[in-house]
Amino acid sequence: MRQRNIVLHGLLAAAVVAGVAGCGSSEKAAEAQNNTAAAATATSAAELGGMDALIKAAQAEGQLNVITLPPDWANYGEIIETFSKKYNIKVNSDNPDGSSQDEINAVKSLKGQDRAPDVLDLGGAFAQSGAKEGLFANYKVATWADIPDSQKESNGAWYNDYGGYISIGCDAKKIAVCPTTFADLKKPEYKGKVALNGDPTKSGSAFAGVFAAALANGGSFTNIQPGIDYFAALKKSGNYIPVESTPATIEKGETPISIDWDYLNAGYTKKLAEKGIDWKVAVPSDGVYGNFYCQAINKTAPHPAAARLWEEFLYSDEGQNLWLKGYARPVRLPKMTESGKADSALVAQLPKVEAKAEFPTTDQIDGAKKVLTDGWTKALTG
Amino acid sequence: MTTAATPVRARSFWGRARRCGPWLSVAPFLLIMLVGLILPTVALGFGAFGNGTSDVEAALGGGYRQALWGSLKLSVVCAVLGAVCGLLLARAVLAGGGLLRRLVLTASGVLANFGGVPLAFMFIATIGNAGIVTALIRDWTGFDLANSTFSLYQFGGLVLVYLYFLVPLMVIVIAPALDGVRAEWSEAAANLGATPGQYWRLVAGPLLAPPVMAGALLLFCGSLSAFATAQAMVGGTVPLVTLQIANALSGNVSADHEGVGAALALEMIVLVSIVMAVYWTIERRTARWLR
Repeated sequence: MRQRNIVLHGLLAAAVVAGVAGCGSSEKAAEAQNNTAAAATATSAAELGGMDALIKAAQAEGQLNVITLPPDWANYGEIIETFSKKYNIKVNSDNPDGSSQDEINAVKSLKGQDRAPDVLDLGGAFAQSGAKEGLFANYKVATWADIPDSQKESNGAWYNDYGGYISIGCDAKKIAVCPTTFADLKKPEYKGKVALNGDPTKSGSAFAGVFAAALANGGSFTNIQPGIDYFAALKKSGNYIPVESTPATIEKGETPISIDWDYLNAGYTKKLAEKGIDWKVAVPSDGVYGNFYCQAINKTAPHPAAARLWEEFLYSDEGQNLWLKGYARPVRLPKMTESGKADSALVAQLPKVEAKAEFPTTDQIDGAKKVLTDGWTKALTG
Repeated sequence: MTTAATPVRARSFWGRARRCGPWLSVAPFLLIMLVGLILPTVALGFGAFGNGTSDVEAALGGGYRQALWGSLKLSVVCAVLGAVCGLLLARAVLAGGGLLRRLVLTASGVLANFGGVPLAFMFIATIGNAGIVTALIRDWTGFDLANSTFSLYQFGGLVLVYLYFLVPLMVIVIAPALDGVRAEWSEAAANLGATPGQYWRLVAGPLLAPPVMAGALLLFCGSLSAFATAQAMVGGTVPLVTLQIANALSGNVSADHEGVGAALALEMIVLVSIVMAVYWTIERRTARWLR
């Protein structure tokens, strides 16, 4: 025990020395540090003295750490590149294929380190539980008023960013008649062809797929069971195969029908066209289920000014249109359509949604998750 | 330590070093044990019991218990099949000798390390519904694998895929033991009038039982801990503990499940400990006859 204490003290001493040495830098850096300190608690750009001051502070930081943003997901590749060029800030993209839980883990385990994530793109449940734990900084972007009240935390701990609908992707060259409803998927001609994007107890989009199926089969936001029963029947008939569908399995022909977010399926269309695959996307008319992801700023972000500038960029007309280009529906889309700021060519290429979609509340989602986690494996085994 | 009993003769540095020698030489191993096994286990314990016993209770009930049984079933089936097939293959190959022996042993060394998503995709691309082999069989024989009772995406399929790396692993670990069984012994047994059956039952069998069991245990642990392959192939439709841990620790659906994940991981450690204890007991009993 004693010996361990000595080692600990030694480490502490070394850390203090390193810290002191690190402090002895130029005035400019000191000013930047001041700005960073001010930015760390700023709840709006105005509080820092306006956008110009925010940009200056962010540029002094020079870097932004983002996490779990796949370049081919909702156009994040282009968004990151545009932001980086526009403000001359280096973007470090960590763990692009990670999950929401990975983001929360990174915020906790890398706390106080330079490589901790600055900004997060989370599923609703994780945004709520993270806010409850006090992991996020309150910040309201300049376009805050455009975000509907039901789609943001009132203090700005998190806010919806972009969303989409569950859709049925289909390889039109391999499938004679592409299914457009959940009822269609039950037909014997689709035996061994229907897949989800993963395990619904783990993957957010697969979970949404089950929810959509529930809505199509007499379920509701408070009753996901019909969706579980639907997939259990689909598994029994052999139509549903539990392979995690990816562009690779689609290309190989193993998952010619894939239930996934419309922005992902629509994104695949372009990518797969180069490989000679005609990937058709339909939002099923009998199960319209949509959901949004959320943005949040890490409370202990190593680059607090850059983090805030990133949010301002995402919620600007430019940022929103970039998401739109990735077939995602940005949260300001209704307002931007009204004011004519949304790129109409991009709006036109979105998969058509026939019914007006409603969104489940977080409590409803939590309830559904519990039922799904308890019942999915049991229902699908065998 | 038995050093207390030995008379303290040498008080020199070397004398002391000699006494500490055995401990010094295992120090790296103990350090690795501490960092790689003991500390994580303690951390898991804290994680699992951080919210009282609720997480552990949750991890033992409902779908999680089903996953525990699923993992156990899969691991036992894979361990037994893998051990038997690996033993037979190793025996055949070693008896053949020469180039075949070298080829199979080298290939086993490579294949035993195959795993993860690439392995899953390889099987999907060959004997999946749209697989190349599936298509070839359909073209040649008219038999449609995709429309038969066989499906890659269920328990049996998973066993098949796991055996792909477990059988080679068994070949590697059992080959030295088989080499240790001398030809003279079977000749001696034959000279004394033993039938081949008697030789295997009374001589080679008891000799080989401990290494075969050790191999089977290794396969058991290997299939118990495998994860990425199953994730890509069967998702949650074959209940497995490792998949549940992954859902809890890095999922996109359920938040605040870290405690359950830790409890599940702890369960796996307990499970492997029990299996190890059983193995040691049996091994000790067989070893008695070898002394």
